[in-house]
Amino acid sequence: MPVADFEPVIGLEVHAQLLTESKIFCGCSTAFGAPPNTQVCPVCLALPGSLPALNRKVVEMAIKAGKALGCKIAERSVFARKNYFYPDLPKGYQISQYELPICLGGTVHVAQPDGSLRGFGLTRIHIEEDAGKNIHGDAASEVDLNRAGTPLIEIVGEPELRSADEATEYLKSLRLTLVYLGINDGNLEEGSFRCDANVSVRRKGTEKFGTRVELKNINSYRFIRQAIEFEIERQVELIESGGTVRLETRLFDHEKGVTRSMRSKEEANDYRYFPEPDLPPLLVSKEWIDSVQLPARLPNQAFSELAASGIPATDARTIIADARLVTLYFDVLAALPAITDEGRKWTANTLCGELSRALNDGTADLAALKCTPAQIARVFALQTGGTISSTAGRTVLAELFATGSEPDAIVTAKGLAQVSDTGALEAIVDAVLAKSPGEVEKYKAGKKNLLGFFVGAAMKELKGKGNPGELNKIFKSKLGD
Amino acid sequence: MAIDRAQVRHVAHLARLSLSAAEEEKFAIQLSQVLGYIEKLNAVDVTGIEPLAFAGDQDPSQAKAALRDDRALPGLPREEALSGAPQRDAQAFLVPRIIE
Amino acid sequence: MDPSSLSLGALSDALARGETSASSALDASLSRIRAHDGEVKAFLRLDEAGARKAALGADERRSRKAPLSPLDGVPVGLKDIFCQRGIETTCGSKILSGWKAPYSATVVERLERAGAVLVGKLNMDEFAMGSSTENSAFGTTHNPWDLTRTPGGSSGGSAAAVAARLVPGTLGTDTGGSIRQPASLVGCVGMKPTYGRVSRFGVIAFASSLDQVGPFAQDVRGCAMLLSAISGRDERDQTSSARAVPDFTSSCARDVRGLRIGVPQEFFGEGLDPEVEKAVRATMARFESLGCTMKPISLPTAPHAIATYYIVATAEASSNLARYDGVRFGHRTKDVGSLVEMYGKTRDEGFGAEVKRRIMLGTYALSAGYYDAYYIRAQKVRALIQRDFLRAFAEVDAVISPTSPTAAFKLGEKLDDPLAMYLNDIYTVPANLAGLPGLSAPAGFTSSGLPIGYQLVGRPWDEETLFALAAAHERTTDFHTRAPALGKA
Ligand SMILES: [Mg+2]
Ligand SMILES: [Zn+2]
Repeated sequence: MPVADFEPVIGLEVHAQLLTESKIFCGCSTAFGAPPNTQVCPVCLALPGSLPALNRKVVEMAIKAGKALGCKIAERSVFARKNYFYPDLPKGYQISQYELPICLGGTVHVAQPDGSLRGFGLTRIHIEEDAGKNIHGDAASEVDLNRAGTPLIEIVGEPELRSADEATEYLKSLRLTLVYLGINDGNLEEGSFRCDANVSVRRKGTEKFGTRVELKNINSYRFIRQAIEFEIERQVELIESGGTVRLETRLFDHEKGVTRSMRSKEEANDYRYFPEPDLPPLLVSKEWIDSVQLPARLPNQAFSELAASGIPATDARTIIADARLVTLYFDVLAALPAITDEGRKWTANTLCGELSRALNDGTADLAALKCTPAQIARVFALQTGGTISSTAGRTVLAELFATGSEPDAIVTAKGLAQVSDTGALEAIVDAVLAKSPGEVEKYKAGKKNLLGFFVGAAMKELKGKGNPGELNKIFKSKLGD
Repeated sequence: MAIDRAQVRHVAHLARLSLSAAEEEKFAIQLSQVLGYIEKLNAVDVTGIEPLAFAGDQDPSQAKAALRDDRALPGLPREEALSGAPQRDAQAFLVPRIIE
Repeated sequence: MDPSSLSLGALSDALARGETSASSALDASLSRIRAHDGEVKAFLRLDEAGARKAALGADERRSRKAPLSPLDGVPVGLKDIFCQRGIETTCGSKILSGWKAPYSATVVERLERAGAVLVGKLNMDEFAMGSSTENSAFGTTHNPWDLTRTPGGSSGGSAAAVAARLVPGTLGTDTGGSIRQPASLVGCVGMKPTYGRVSRFGVIAFASSLDQVGPFAQDVRGCAMLLSAISGRDERDQTSSARAVPDFTSSCARDVRGLRIGVPQEFFGEGLDPEVEKAVRATMARFESLGCTMKPISLPTAPHAIATYYIVATAEASSNLARYDGVRFGHRTKDVGSLVEMYGKTRDEGFGAEVKRRIMLGTYALSAGYYDAYYIRAQKVRALIQRDFLRAFAEVDAVISPTSPTAAFKLGEKLDDPLAMYLNDIYTVPANLAGLPGLSAPAGFTSSGLPIGYQLVGRPWDEETLFALAAAHERTTDFHTRAPALGKA
């Protein structure tokens, strides 16, 4: 009851590691999982005298993200130092962007069940460096600086989300876009796609935001949902019992499913931001921005296109959930004799049906598909051309995904071709009609649904390989329709 | 602008300097003096002036080329990376246990 | 012949003509150091083995007629602010005592590639913070002209080593005058180039937007030769400029007739020692006799340079010095305790008083509530100071002034009066704030025999005009040939 009187206000800050070969300010490798302190140099160790040298690819990827999310790309942005002491932060400051970030504004689009897209606003995207890792032991903590200097973009969302569900959907969509762009691997468990959530509540109908709490340490969609829901309830209960929410950072404890206050944070942070004097302002020309290419279709564009051609939203979401499926969908479409709504639906069905079954039972692997889009398209042509039935089509597809054999060869090998020869079919039809004079009588008297009975009987004679369309036609003409 | 002992202590904490009482005392006086001198900047009319943080030069047409290529290069061997550390084990720098 | 009696350029010529060898030059240098550095205390440590090896290499190349550059075989000393692979690098601080740099600064690599013989590391104020070299954690350097006086700072060791003829050339750094002021106080030539001319990679940072590396030598040509060797774009320092580097040595021979020299009225007022003023005015007269015109100019914001500098420089320094935390290198307190205690005690023990004072000031200026009032305001005033200069350069080709308001002061005299010490840099700081090149060269001596220097500040990227002017002036005087009388060992 009390929770229903309140409206949660949620804004997400996502840190996404960029898929560069080297770190943001030095040549050290960014590969994950190397033994501690084996990917370090004077720069990322912050040895005296070392200086940052910005990686061009990082800027390119940030521009790519900004363009894909509809941000305004700043032609001049400025790096800033965020100063604080912590062992995983070797310089004693993080190089980030503060007052003048590279991307401003933008939108994360979330696919809705009705086939529409809903937009959630972004405040900004800025470039920054990741910290290293502290590994806590009993007597001492180890400091591993392999990750220090890994490039990140921080994508700051407006506080426009109103539920844990919306937050989760927003994150999924954002992650999808970044993975689709090839700039992030989307791995929540390894922390290459991380999220902090700012959560507050306010009484329904009021405008003013409540005091927000920052939630950290949430590394799966399930935990994000749990953490936000726990926090909403905690804040509502606190307010209802006469308390006030404190501005603080809380960690999500995924074992207990609760958030708890970070102890060492009693003092307010004073990061003493100021422009990074070791790097000139970042100038990005219009030409550079224009030259950064986006894929032909971003996930939300693909979703709109799919939904508009009559594909159910659930199927459309299944397809856009994997960039490779989107590519495959449009490649198959392009290989069809003509692009029709029927062809679109068939392709979507094939991807969400036969292919997804093959992926689930392990007979196909999306990363190493054995067949080509043209081969898949050929199955559609065989079906619509009457060579095989739709049932046989499913058999061909299963075999195609498992082996990559030519569809025509599969049809021959499995004897799936339909009998469409009119002469042969007429003989069977005559035989069926001759055997069932009573049914013929009734049909002629108006019981037209007996057509199915006749076709079925003929099919039985043909061991299922008759062309049902042809049979229908022949029966009708013989029966005088 | 005078700066008192409490402010000195606060700033020293931000800067992670454990100053002795005598140092706090002395810095409060000396910093107040220097800040007093710096006050004279308030007399300068800076209306409409953009702050200057970078006094170097930058050729916009070269700005992109001036950035580093994304190429991974070997860094320091671990033994060398850890060689200056006051406390370490075989693979990492060591610090007092961090309590969160 | 005694190679230690030669200026850097003369030594280079002698090496080219085969009149001496790199090994003899090194021997001469080492014997001068042994004889006199006990009292001057310019060097913190020598790398005799490394220098010997480099000298033999240089001699071998000379014998093959394949010298690497005019500096091949010339002994050079380095301020202890430059990282040199495998060599202890302390920046004058206890916090780095014993730290061996695992990599070399770009300028060190460039000197090595030019064949220079790197003799050792020179004393300095801790983290280049100071104007007297008294803030070194490893003892004070003495002015060779009067051992009771300061050689200036922060590159006091680099200046004193050249003045005492221990080495013909050295490198220093200049954040607010740390090359020009000591050059002036010991009677040698020191040049701070345009911001971005020389790579700062591997140069331990004090204030990143102000720091520049530059040379010391007995004469202008020596400075020009060293600057030519170390200048130019470095991909590891993105604030370094890709502009072409002129041959500064040949600019020393350029005609100076018709050049206009600005005389800022603000630099000839209160606080200027009359003997210094007299020497600088005499210098101006000599420039006139060389065909230059003197033109009164105004730099109205320059009197605010010190206040501006002590915000900008300390703000940057407070952040640059955060990496000295006792985790990856350098000093850590014995009394560790918690993480916060470890940081606090390590830094309190490791840094000297002046460094702590500046970290405090800079931290304060950046802290919540004070950032706009101090840091932003200072950067705006800085913009005005730069604008003043650029406006002046529409009418003049260089600006002349004293380098320092007084000749060398007594050691200990200003040690506990930070403000008085800071005011020493009043004429040098504006060039750093505006990113401009500046040079100090001998203007004469006081009645008690202490050197006096004058300063020239030039347009951005126009070190050439400064070298041309200073070289022309030098040809009219013998100040640069006079050497201090050091104790007969
Ligand atoms: Mg961040
Ligand atoms: Zn590195």
